[in-house]
Amino acid sequence: MNLLQALASNTFEQGLLFAFLGFGVLLTFRFFRFPDLTAEGSYPLGGAVVAALLVAGFNPFAATFGAALAGAGAGILTALIHTRLRVNAIIAGIIVMTAVYSVNLRVMGRANTPLLSTRSVFGDIVAGLNAIGIPAVENAATNIAILSVFVVIVALLLAAFLRTDLGLAVRATGENETMIRALGVDTDWTKIVGLGLSNFLIALSGALVAQNHGFADIGMGIGILVTGAAAVLIGEAIFGDRTIGWWIAAALVGVLIYRLLVVLALYVGLQPTDLKLITAVLLLAALALPKLRGAR
Amino acid sequence: MLALEHVTKTFASGGAAEVKALDDLSLAIGDGDFVTVIGSNGAGKSTLLKAIVGLTQPEAGRVTLDGRDITRDPVHRRAGLFGRIAQDPNDSTCAGMTIEENLAMAAKRGQSRWLRRAVTSELRERFRGALAEIGLGLESRLDTRIGLLSGGQRQTIALLMATLAGPRLLLLDEHLAALDPKTAELVMALTDRLVGERRLTTLMITHNMADAIRWGNRLVMMHRGRIIFEAAGPAKARLTVSGLVAKFHEAGHIDLADDRMLLS
Repeated sequence: MNLLQALASNTFEQGLLFAFLGFGVLLTFRFFRFPDLTAEGSYPLGGAVVAALLVAGFNPFAATFGAALAGAGAGILTALIHTRLRVNAIIAGIIVMTAVYSVNLRVMGRANTPLLSTRSVFGDIVAGLNAIGIPAVENAATNIAILSVFVVIVALLLAAFLRTDLGLAVRATGENETMIRALGVDTDWTKIVGLGLSNFLIALSGALVAQNHGFADIGMGIGILVTGAAAVLIGEAIFGDRTIGWWIAAALVGVLIYRLLVVLALYVGLQPTDLKLITAVLLLAALALPKLRGAR
Repeated sequence: MLALEHVTKTFASGGAAEVKALDDLSLAIGDGDFVTVIGSNGAGKSTLLKAIVGLTQPEAGRVTLDGRDITRDPVHRRAGLFGRIAQDPNDSTCAGMTIEENLAMAAKRGQSRWLRRAVTSELRERFRGALAEIGLGLESRLDTRIGLLSGGQRQTIALLMATLAGPRLLLLDEHLAALDPKTAELVMALTDRLVGERRLTTLMITHNMADAIRWGNRLVMMHRGRIIFEAAGPAKARLTVSGLVAKFHEAGHIDLADDRMLLS
């Protein structure tokens, strides 16, 4: 494989795995306007639950869905702490994130679960394709194709949801809570829906990453919110603030560009250990650049 | 009929800065009434409105609708009854959402919201018709985000949103105050038209005495949480701005110099 191919596959494969994370962070960071730190727990929770279920012999699709549901549970818990106990949303996220760390260790029984000998959605789909006579091998290109289909389906479902009565109410909850309450919406409920859905998607990313990388690790969520936020902001900087379809497209393009920038940074000699630093700088740049541009 | 019965609401209760925003206030608004409310700053006009919609809980008295006590109902549960517009156009609409999305949210006022597509083609036609009647050309801009509209246009949308789902009571909280005089005139004319056409029971808070006299069939003057003067029907029609000022003086506690009430 030549360099360009390596670059492309690394960007797209990892970028598409992060697309769900981007969608999830879009919901909270952009529509609810606060950084939901539950992500730091729900992302590795997705990895941990899928690992535990796969090791226990569950079907990979059921395991992935179960992992995403566990993430939704974490998000709902944050929303309940925030709305029922009137705890600041960021603090509520930190509380759940911290608690989930221990839950993840319990679920996996250790800090790292290798998944090299278990089934995965990628392996199962390749096997399924082979069974109906389509020659496919498990490699980066196949994974990119599989993930592209997943991402498009989830993006369309998300866009459709955000255009429903409930979806509109969820979006308005972040933008003008007083108004949407005056229109008869219980905003405690819409916050539960929004945070649940957001963390469902984030845990889905975690579950797919674990299967793609061949392991789930307790530390896989560190800095994940910053990654998601950087991606969302990069997308926003390019596409601007427009209609709902654009927001979702922007989040997707944002994660891909984020990955490309990371891959390039590694290519020019930075080490994988520098990744969090790179991510932080990217988020800072995405936050500061529009402001600097506006100041001129 | 909406009734407030001996409603009292105190802020900073017990302290030196204690303010009785509503002081044993009773007011009954019959179906079809259009009541204008005037009063100096801190007279309790906004608190009155908040008590009606549930944004504030009075410590005494009750709010009833057709005899049913709604004093303790949370805001979202009584929302189906009221259409409300605030002074700031930002408060009554969602800037980041489109005209049709905002209208669709309002069309579902007080109803349960699930996974049905919000803006159906049927609704869109209805919105287009309603906007065309207003004549601001907004009917061709249904997918424009509200944030791109002028204050007057936003307040017009807010008015449509407030009246769309047929509220029992339309509540206008100085909804013209942030608009320039010409736009205010337009929005008020539209308000009056909608109220007339749909026979909406309306409560309009204003600090413009001329508006309070000109519109509606009842006028209520508030001061320090109490109603100090009331006029209805022909008696209201005969009111003048100078006459109202005199009423304030009669009540003996008005200092018009540092009030923002408009005498024009």
